[in-house]
Amino acid sequence: MTTPSPSSSAEPLAQRQVALIDLLDRLLSGGAVLTGDVVLSIADIDLVRVSLRALIVSISAQNPSPWAETMSPRGTHGG
Amino acid sequence: MNDLVTYAYAVARADDMLHVRAAVLKGVADSPVHLVPGSHDDTLVLVVSHVPAQDFQEDALKLHLEDLDWLEAVARAHHGVIEAMAVHTTVLPLRLATVYLDDTRARDVLDARRALFAERLAHLAEHVEWGVKIHVEPSSAPAAPAPQRGEALSPGRAYLRDRRQQQSVRDSVYQDARQAAETIEALGRRYAVERARHRVQQGVLAGPVGENVVNDAYLVPREHCEKFRSEVLHAADGLRGVRIEVTGPWAPYSFAMPSVVADDAAAGTEP
Repeated sequence: MTTPSPSSSAEPLAQRQVALIDLLDRLLSGGAVLTGDVVLSIADIDLVRVSLRALIVSISAQNPSPWAETMSPRGTHGG
Repeated sequence: MNDLVTYAYAVARADDMLHVRAAVLKGVADSPVHLVPGSHDDTLVLVVSHVPAQDFQEDALKLHLEDLDWLEAVARAHHGVIEAMAVHTTVLPLRLATVYLDDTRARDVLDARRALFAERLAHLAEHVEWGVKIHVEPSSAPAAPAPQRGEALSPGRAYLRDRRQQQSVRDSVYQDARQAAETIEALGRRYAVERARHRVQQGVLAGPVGENVVNDAYLVPREHCEKFRSEVLHAADGLRGVRIEVTGPWAPYSFAMPSVVADDAAAGTEP
């Protein structure tokens, strides 16, 4: 075992259901992007995000964070 | 057609037990997980499984990805493999639906990027990701002062006054949220080594949690996790209408790639 974690809460394998939206944040915009043989380009992934907009609404240009001008470096250029 | 293609979940540093641990896992489409070592050495491996080609060809994949049930099944299977591997070793998660025609093609990519992967894995070792979200709920903020009695306002003026009061409640809630965000950023500078920003969450999947105004991820060394988490959860103490949600620990999804653009507000980049 190589888990010298001092705390049980830092144990990654907890049997808990993570929220789908948090998972999709990470799987659709995080993770290393490698060129696969089936090329889903980053642009395609963005299309996925657009087509799921009614459910996920990850394109937030129309609804920027209330302090977008100071806290969101990408501002309204995102998406 | 029973053709299979290679679905890659992560890059991991190999150890003696990794094959054994991978062999008991089931991935996307309930497929058994196995490891693909590099061709030059076996210090790094790709964690993969064989999935039906017809579901992962480009056109089919695009269609599937619009089907939320299908997307969820693949996302949870992908996550399941990553989580199980992350218990025992440092993993570099790959983006959802990274697919190769066969293991040999996958190995080529591993070989080509070996140095980059090794460097990133070294950076991520003994760190975990925490998600930190800030939600505001203006309705739970302190009520505006009651209107003065005896002041007979016209309906138009009364409406404007009510609007102003609502607006001022909203403003104060956002100010409180900003204060909480600054507290959390300071904790990030103290305990975390990197920060990534996700878009704020909206829509049906976000659920009835008020308005999400911050959706960040922090890469935190294991030894600081407990302090980071508990102090972040207290960052909104005394602030009504502001709610902090911490998710994790996650495998370092949001930090799999080095941040390309220097973010001047990024936490933990001070010398």
